[in-house]
Amino acid sequence: MNASKSPRSFVAPYLRDLPRSGIRDFFDIVSSRKDVISLSIGEPDFVTPWRIREGAAFALSHGATTYTANRGLIELRRAIAAYIQRRFEAAYNPDNEILVTVGVSEALDLAVRAVLEPGDELLYHEPCYVSYGPEVLMAHGVPVAVATRREDDFRLTREMLEAKVTPRTRALLLNFPTNPTGATMTRAELAPIAEFVREHDLVAITDEVYSELTYEGAPVSLAAFPGMKERTILLHGFSKGWAMTGFRVGYACAPPELSEAMMKIHQYIMMCAPILSQRAAIEALRSDSDTNEMRASYRQRRNLMCGALNDMGLPCHLPNGAFYLFPYVGGHGLTSKEFALRLLDEENVACVPGTAFGPSGEGYLRCCYATELKAIKEAMTRIARFVKKL
Amino acid sequence: MDELLKLLKGNALETPADLARMLNLSEAEVKARIAGYERAGIIRGYQAIVNTDNLDLPLVQAVIEIKITPERDGGFNRIAEHISKFPEVDALHLMSGAYDLLAVVSGRDLKQVALFVSAKLASIEGVLSTSTHFMLKTYKEHGVLMQAEGNHERIQVSA
Repeated sequence: MNASKSPRSFVAPYLRDLPRSGIRDFFDIVSSRKDVISLSIGEPDFVTPWRIREGAAFALSHGATTYTANRGLIELRRAIAAYIQRRFEAAYNPDNEILVTVGVSEALDLAVRAVLEPGDELLYHEPCYVSYGPEVLMAHGVPVAVATRREDDFRLTREMLEAKVTPRTRALLLNFPTNPTGATMTRAELAPIAEFVREHDLVAITDEVYSELTYEGAPVSLAAFPGMKERTILLHGFSKGWAMTGFRVGYACAPPELSEAMMKIHQYIMMCAPILSQRAAIEALRSDSDTNEMRASYRQRRNLMCGALNDMGLPCHLPNGAFYLFPYVGGHGLTSKEFALRLLDEENVACVPGTAFGPSGEGYLRCCYATELKAIKEAMTRIARFVKKL
Repeated sequence: MDELLKLLKGNALETPADLARMLNLSEAEVKARIAGYERAGIIRGYQAIVNTDNLDLPLVQAVIEIKITPERDGGFNRIAEHISKFPEVDALHLMSGAYDLLAVVSGRDLKQVALFVSAKLASIEGVLSTSTHFMLKTYKEHGVLMQAEGNHERIQVSA
């Protein structure tokens, strides 16, 4: 008879070795406390606009309870095509170039799995959203982080990429506006990046989920550069710009061959995105007014919080996108994590340590301003008091 | 509408310092613009939005549809201005459609409001008829929901 194995030994080694997200560790600590002011939530503080909720409720009451086409409702794909054309000046055919997914998270997973062979390298800029590295590892690829810096406002340059590219590099993943830094890139700044991708014959994956939250200038996607559409997978979704995180609906736009490859995975693992979320998304794309109002409100709160942080001696660049500030807290002899834990302990304010977004986040804190104005003001008072004591 | 006015409409208690920060203006500029709005009669006052349903007060409100005869000089204005001066009248609007004026009236109880309508409103020369609807519950006032929407189980930390 065999000695029984521990359940842990049944877990695939690559997954066992995958580190837990720093966000989850921090979540556990914050959850154990009461009356915390949380600036550590990565979602809008708005409830989904009523017209969108009402649209979903109407669809439900009229029996929208079935599967949809694997690619998603054609009406939604047409609305997405029109939106992407208008917003990014990139043309996609709703029949074979657009795939509706369960959030951008699924779309990212599909994109990474569709292009990486085991051992292939994927370049991405850091600090970044917590999933990028693990996503690549779970696809048996090799994540290669490119550190961005505060002195460049966390933008990416071709030189940084050239220093990391190898013959195994297969793809570049971009996320501007960036979670957690709020960085954006202009057309002129992206042009050399597009050149880099073309010259090294790479695939570009662009996560545009925060693009609606661009404060100055229109958002730009790599997909819109000459010769780039055929090698770009554009990912977008409704969570941030339309305050629809709970609907879990996103999409991928890609040339037919790449789209079909992603579709293959999607059809086997997901079948289709939930019909109610798709119907809500159709409603979302009917008007820009709610998004415009929310953007204006975020901008006001960004200005308020950024001014307050700089005043209290936590240097912070004014980010042009997303809803995060990324102040430098490294000047007080504490690591990001120590700073965040003591701030939580002494003032009951939760901000995510920058290291949750990669080692290059050391010295920083992510503060989300998609938070009620009153709570932001109180949090700023408390953080200022905390900093004074250091 | 101007961003400053929008913010003040949302919360008149925002301080000039915070408003200046949010709008990327100087504090002096914000103060000057608010003073300008007040002088121009664009800002008419500052009030709290009170959910009277939650106060145990003897208070009823009614909306009253009023039909009147327009006059050769001034149309509806003379009668409308006359009605608007009663302290019982909280709001008064000239309307298109089946009636001419819509008044929001409050009083201690049903009887008091009814008395105001019959004795004061209906007896004004030029008032042809009134139709009174008592309010039972307020769900939204000045763009503010009287019952906040639930936050469900929003998590405190997320990526």
